[in-house]
This record gives sequence, C-alpha cells and structure tokens, in this order.
Amino acid sequence: MNRKKRLSQEHSMNHSNVLYGNIHAIETMGAFDGPGIRYVLFLQGCPFQCQYCHNRDSWSTKENRLMTVDDVMSDYKKYAKFYKKGGLTVSGGEPLLQLPFLIELFKRAQEEDIHTCLDTSAGCFHQEDERYLELIKYTDLVLLDIKHINPEKHFKLTKSHNRQVLEFARFLDAHETKIIIRHVLVPTLTDDRQDLEDLRAFLDTLHHVSNIEVLPYHRSGIYKWLQMGFEYPISDIQEPSKDDVARAEAILKNGYRFVK
Amino acid sequence: MNAWQGFKKGTWMNEVNVRDFMINNYKEYMGDASFLAGPTDSSIKLNQMFEGFLEEEKKNGGVIELDTHVVASITSHGPGYIDKDLEKIVGLQTDKPFKRAFHPYGGIQVATKAAEAYGYHVDDELYKVFTEYRKTHNQGVFDVYNADIRKARRSGIITGLPDGYGRGRIIGDYRRVALYGTDFLIQEKKKEKTQFSFPMNEFNIRLREEIQEQINALNMLKDMGASYGFDLSQPAKTAQEAIQWTYFAYLAAVKEQNGAAMSLGRTASFLDIYIERDLSLGLIGEIEAQEMIDHFIMKLRMVRFARTPEYNELFTGDPTWVTESLAGLTLDGRSWVTKSTFRYLQTLYNLGTSAEPNLTVLWDEQLPENFKKFCAKVSIDTSSIQYENDEQMRPEHGDDYGIACCVSPMTIGKEMQFFGARANLAKALLYALNGGRDEISGDQVGPISDVLKADVLDYDVVIERLDHMFEWLAKTYVSALNIIHYMHDKYAYERLQMSLHDALVKRNFATGIAGLSVVADSLSAIKYAKVEPVYSEQGLIVDFKTTGDFPCYGNNDDRVDHLAVWVVEQFMNKIKNQYTYRDSVPTMSVLTITSNVVYGKKTGNTPDGRRKGEAFAPGANPMHGRDKSGALKSLLSVSKIPCESCRDGISNTFTLVPQALGKGSGVESADGFNYEGDIKVENLVDILDGYFTSGGYHLNVNIFNREKLIDAYNNPDKYPNLTIRVSGYAVNFANLTDEQKKEVISRTFHESL
Repeated sequence: MNRKKRLSQEHSMNHSNVLYGNIHAIETMGAFDGPGIRYVLFLQGCPFQCQYCHNRDSWSTKENRLMTVDDVMSDYKKYAKFYKKGGLTVSGGEPLLQLPFLIELFKRAQEEDIHTCLDTSAGCFHQEDERYLELIKYTDLVLLDIKHINPEKHFKLTKSHNRQVLEFARFLDAHETKIIIRHVLVPTLTDDRQDLEDLRAFLDTLHHVSNIEVLPYHRSGIYKWLQMGFEYPISDIQEPSKDDVARAEAILKNGYRFVK
Repeated sequence: MNAWQGFKKGTWMNEVNVRDFMINNYKEYMGDASFLAGPTDSSIKLNQMFEGFLEEEKKNGGVIELDTHVVASITSHGPGYIDKDLEKIVGLQTDKPFKRAFHPYGGIQVATKAAEAYGYHVDDELYKVFTEYRKTHNQGVFDVYNADIRKARRSGIITGLPDGYGRGRIIGDYRRVALYGTDFLIQEKKKEKTQFSFPMNEFNIRLREEIQEQINALNMLKDMGASYGFDLSQPAKTAQEAIQWTYFAYLAAVKEQNGAAMSLGRTASFLDIYIERDLSLGLIGEIEAQEMIDHFIMKLRMVRFARTPEYNELFTGDPTWVTESLAGLTLDGRSWVTKSTFRYLQTLYNLGTSAEPNLTVLWDEQLPENFKKFCAKVSIDTSSIQYENDEQMRPEHGDDYGIACCVSPMTIGKEMQFFGARANLAKALLYALNGGRDEISGDQVGPISDVLKADVLDYDVVIERLDHMFEWLAKTYVSALNIIHYMHDKYAYERLQMSLHDALVKRNFATGIAGLSVVADSLSAIKYAKVEPVYSEQGLIVDFKTTGDFPCYGNNDDRVDHLAVWVVEQFMNKIKNQYTYRDSVPTMSVLTITSNVVYGKKTGNTPDGRRKGEAFAPGANPMHGRDKSGALKSLLSVSKIPCESCRDGISNTFTLVPQALGKGSGVESADGFNYEGDIKVENLVDILDGYFTSGGYHLNVNIFNREKLIDAYNNPDKYPNLTIRVSGYAVNFANLTDEQKKEVISRTFHESL
C-alpha cells in the first residue's frame, strides 16, 4: 500500500483520520525532564534556531519517524514499571508544533494515570487558540524554557521573538498550571546580570512556579552541527563554571516563593 | 541471667527452629538511617591495623604467611588476635591475622601447588601422609573421570570444575549455635542418628557416619570456643555473645574448609533480636551495638584461603563470598528489615568500602521505603552491594533462605547444593558446526560428526546440530559433577557446616552456563543476517563473514531475546534429563564471576562478530557495547531470561554513570522547601523496583564513570580501595588482572541522552 504522507499545517500527521506524531527520538530513562524516571518523547521540528542548540537535527519538520498515540502508549507501557514516581515527558524540537497529537497523547496518558510533563520553549503559542486550554487540562507540569528575557537578545539568539514565550508563562500561571522555569546559562549570551535580574522580576509576577533551574550550557551537541554540514555559530564560547551557575541561581532563586 | 529471658515463646524452644524464633521475636524497623553511629576509636584503630595487613599482603605478592606444617581443622590452631584488648569480637582462622591455613583434603596436589606458588614448601611428612596413607578428593575424582570428561575439561568447554578445590556453597545455620549452644545441638543430632538405624542400607550407613562426624565437629567447635575463653555449649546470653557464638560457628567452617564460596547466611535480623534486648535492658547503646557489628564484619573481611594461580585467574581478587543476605519479606507480609540490617550496611562507611562480606539485599517492592532509599544511597556511594529478587525466591525457598556465593538461594539449614563449573555454550555452538572438533586445537572433543559444509549458515540446520551438542555437553558435564560430589562427600565432607543443617536436606545440583549473549547474538546473526563460514586448511570452520544487520540481545528486542530464552530452556532441559547424584534437584545459573575473561580466551571467533580470545560478557549480560538503546532496554532483555530454567540464579552486572541518575541533590527554595529530595537515590530505587517487578533476578549495581576506572587503571595508588561489582561479587579493582581490568572498562556504561 502506498500511503501518501504529508505534513499538515499543524505539523501533526493525519492519514486516513489517524493522528501521527513526528518523532525525533525516545529516551526511556530520562532523569532530567520532570520528576522521577521518565519516558521522554522528543518531537521533530522546532521554530527556534537557538545558537547553542544541542539537538540541531531536531529543527527540521521533515518527516522522521511516525508514531500514533497508541504506538507511544504501548511503547511507554513496556517501561512503565520504572516510572512509578515519573511519567511521560514530551520534549523536542518544539512539541507545541504538533498540538493535536500532543493533546491526544496527554489526554490518553492522564486517563491512564500517567503524570504528563511538557518541555517547551513555547515559541508558537497563540493566546487565541482555544486548543491550548484543552492542552493544559491534560498537562500536570510544564518545563518552560525561557531563552532570554530581553526581546532583542532573544531574537538574536533564537531568530524568534519571546513575546509568545512570556505570554505562555502568564497563560499557564493564570490557569494554575504548575511550572518549572528553565534558563540555559550561556556565558556572554544569557548571563548578563541585568538580564537575569529582569528575568527574576518577570518570574516574581508568576505564582505557580515550583522551581527555577539554571541549566549550564554544554558543548556536547556541537558534533551534530558539524555532522550536518553546518558551522557552529558560537564555537568560541566556553561552558560556564560552577560559580557562574551559582551566581545565576542566586539571582533567579534566592527568596523565591515556590509553590509546592 | 537465663539466655532466653524476655523472648517470646514458640516451638523454637523445643526443636531446632531459628526461623520460628526470629519470626516471633524480631522487631521490624521502618525508620530511616539517622540513628546509625559512626566508628569508635577502637574500630578505627583495628581497621588501621587491618589495612596495614592488606598492604603487607600486597607487598608480599599476595600472601603474608602460609602454614605448611599443620593440617587445618577446627582446633588445629590456638587462639589468634589482631589486638585482644580492642576486639569486641574475636577469632581468627589460624593463630595470626592473614596467616593462611593448609587444607589438603580437597587435594594434596592442589594444596601443594598453591603453597609453591607463593614460595612455600609443604612439609615432606605431610605430603607423604596425604599421598601414601590418606587419599584426597582430587585423587578420587581423577580415579573415576572418563575420557570425555578429561577432554572437555582440557579444551575448556567445561571450566572451573571443583575437582581440585573445596566445592563450597554450603551455608551452615551458624545462628543455631548462638540460640541453642552446642550441647543442645549435639543432643538433637544424637536423636537424629537413632532415626536412621533400620534397614542398615547404604543410605542409612552413610547418613549415620555423617551425623557422627557432625557431632565430632560440634564438640571441636566447643573446644575451639573454650580456647578463646568462651563456653559455646550453652546458648548466648547477650548480644556480644550471640555475635561471638555465630561468628565462631562460621569461623569453624572456614578453619576446616577451603570452599570456593563460604557464605554466611542471614544473620543480621537474628542478631538484632539480641541487640534489641540488650538495648532495652540498658546494657549497651547504639555506639556499642554498631561497634560489635563493625568488629564482626571486619573479621569477615579477613577470611583468607590458599589458592592456586589457576583458581585466581578464574575468580580474581581473592574472593571468599562471605555472602550475607539482608532484608527480604516474611511470609506474613512484613519485611525482615531491622536496625541491624542498616548497621551491616553502615559498616561500608565505618570501615570503608570492601568486597567482602558480599552484602546482598533481597529486594522486594514492599520493603520499607526508608530502607530502600538507604540501600540506593549506599550503592551510589560505594558500589559495594548487590540485589536479588526476593519475590522470585521466597515462593521456592520460604522466607529464611540465604544466598550462597553470588546468586544461589537455599533455605538456611535445610538445603545445600552441589555446585560446580560452567558449560561454555559459545564453544558448544562452534563444536556443533565443527562436528565436535575444537576450533582452536583441532582435537576431537565432542561426538564425531561431519564439519558443516555450507556457503551460508542455515538457522534450522545450526539449531539441530546445537541441540545434539547440548545433549552431549549436558551428559558430560553432569557426569563430571556427579563424580566430584560423590568424592567430595567421601573425602572432604563439610561436617561442621552440615552439623548446622537438618539431617535430611534438599540437595540442589547447580550447573552453570557461560557465553549466553554470544550464543544469542550468533544465532540472531545466522537467522537475520547472512553468515558465511570461513574454513581453515584443516577444513574446520574458524571464522565467519557476517553481512547485514541483526538484532542484538540487550535492546529489548524479542526477536533475539527469545533466542536467549530458547538457549537456557533448551540446555536446562538437557540437564534435567540426566541422573544427578544423591537425589539432588538439577538447577542452572547464568553466572560467570570473573571467568568470562578466561572463557573468552579459550573460544574462537563466533558468528556474532566476536573475535577469538575476546572476553564474553559476564553472566547474563548483553555483550559489551551492544546494548546500545538504553539502560532500561538492557535490563528488560535480561529480565526475560526465565527463572524457572535458572533456579540457581541469573546474574546481571549493571553500570550507570552517576549523572544518568539525575541531579545530585534536592533543590531547596528560600523557605526551606526541599523540591524533590535526593533525586539520584529516588531514581535508583525506582530502577530497582522496575527491574525486579519486571522479573529481573539479580543486579549488581555500579555507579561510576569510565574515566574513573581508566584513572584507577593508570594510577592504582590513587585508588587502593576502589570496590566494584563484577559478576555476583565485589572486588577491589586493583586486584583484578590486567585483562580483567580492561574487560571491566570495556563494559557498557549507561548514560542518558
């Protein structure tokens, strides 16, 4: 059977009424993206073009590996015994590019009592799109990656605006969705004191943040850029020291009122 | 004071029944580790002396002193001490620390060889006695071996037969001495003996002689205790006495027997009953309780045997497998966890990490959360403990079993096993292709048939040939073990250990296999890819040209995992069809200890792409680096190996880099709220729960990264006490051979994406 596969506008696959997710990779023992040990589904395709991206091969929305919600759930179940305190995390790429699939998947997961966690940088969020209300109904935790608080620097870093990102944070907060804020600390690009203080000021306006994580930039993704024949845009920038991370953490976290 | 004062009554008062005593009197502990005490000054001082001996031993090339004048027995040596004034628990195998005894009963040739390897000369008179006047086990075995066994032994398709050394893997119920004293035990043995008077057939004659030997051993144990100034004839009255009596009983066993694995059993929660009583009477505090446990454990770390270089090559690092089984559940649904279960683990902090005793946690998801977390923490900090699936063993062996050696379960005092060696199944596959001829020597070892002639190996043809080869191998292997255990019973009977068993015991006949993952992947290559045999000038298949992809065991892929399952089931079926000595029940293990290196060395190229001489993976592990799709998939592949076919254990050695377990510690917010506790600890608990509820049998947990091992390889002085779990036991990395170190470094280290 020669079934034609194409990308829908949503970047979710839909063949003869079967919804497909376009999968970049699967990590069955994720220990970093949400509580406990987790099944982490990385979706293919990202609207951002972060200079420090460690998964350069996840940008393209070209069809990679297609899985239905059933496929994911049955694969998840093979490892479910390990996820007692964990659950399912969908990361990317940018999972919000495949909203219909994501909603279906989280809906099914919650029906089966699986903790759902969305790891996003929310670049394609639209306040008016009512499907987001549907999505957060099925989402237990959002790991929201704020790349930069400063609009110009955000654009320079990701070739996108941060307006939607901050809107998404406020949207989640308004709907009492639990958030963990993440910020990748890249020396000279995202570690400016004033910027961090501005970010903190923004975070102080939110009320449902359960943690703030400073993720030290690491260079281990460079090989992917080179493998794909691209030049790595920030090859002269080094990884931050432990002290750098501690300094940033102090600014972002000291005295912060986290929700429990 | 009455020794049993304050204990809850039960049938244990009228018959030998330690389990009944325990279930009626132990106090389950659900709390956390915060009550634990650090080492006392005397513990620190003794431990420094102990470390001094270790250093001296290393400098002397492995042995400080070796006795060649006195034949070891329970009473052969006078009392020995490290520092009598500091030791709360006393007793050494000989009269000096680390002095190794002379054990000729297993085989005078082997004992002599072991002595000579370290530059000692066995007393001429003794040598004469054990060659001219007194036959030994080894001699008996070789008098009876047939041609097939000799050839299989020489070629290495069966390796590690205990035909020249003590078989071990028998656990005396050492607790009985503490609970009852030797007088009561002797009295009970005398009663048992009268039960086997008629008909006076071979069965009863042998049993009566054995029981009398057991009685003699108990009398000698009492004498040995007296030489240290203790009266073992009576039950222990205090915690200190209970530990001392239990240790003396164990000590008597290791004085007399140089067994391959001299395991301790399940003592922690038994001793805890005495400790709890003394604590509640105000006789001791936590510091004293921990100190006694520390001193006991230190003694267990000191057990030494004289062994040959060949033995050391197979089982490196001077292992004695003083295995202590901790935790597990009771049949009434509680856990056996007590404060002393914690105290045993605490010794790894108080005395430093160590390979011995082989601390083994019998895991069940239902164990108290606090205990599970403490285990995970100890694993992360020390990589010194192993885990076994209580849920799989409890139905078979009840709730008072212990692990002998690495993975072999037996009900304490009621079961023993005839252990020995491993069949090299990868070599069997090559024999199947080569018509029974050895791929390296060219000798005809197995049954004669044609060398398989084919351009491409056909799966069905190979399976049929392999099946026949398994048949022959099982027959030859079981025959050898029958001979060995017959002779061991006759010439090197473990009278002390068996005196701490019931008269009628269940005997398990424990076979083993090596090379499981090599065979599974080879069959997968033959089935799913194209394997062309390469013939030597002599017409033997000596290599393979494999083209195309094939699934490898270790990636949770049923296509190949089911081949591994087929291999164990098929070989176990062949074992089951054989006659096994003394009404024993055949079992099998997938466990190699460190011998996977030697097995690999003796095995030619295999169809999976493994090169001649390359090490096998240990135990039931996937081959190094082939379990590429993540830790959980690797674990799930191994968990498919059916325990019904491997009642003697399935060993999996698992290495995670610390980073893969998540962030180091909980994130604390300004208001003191701890976000997730210790994430690594919790995640390791979940991995253990996940593996064992998925049907996994055993897991050695190592938490370190490759760089650390490479550094330890290059700078051994920097890591004198680096303990790692190999297969079924722990070893000081520095004590491994060069080849073994390299093999350990080449294993899969599971990381996160």
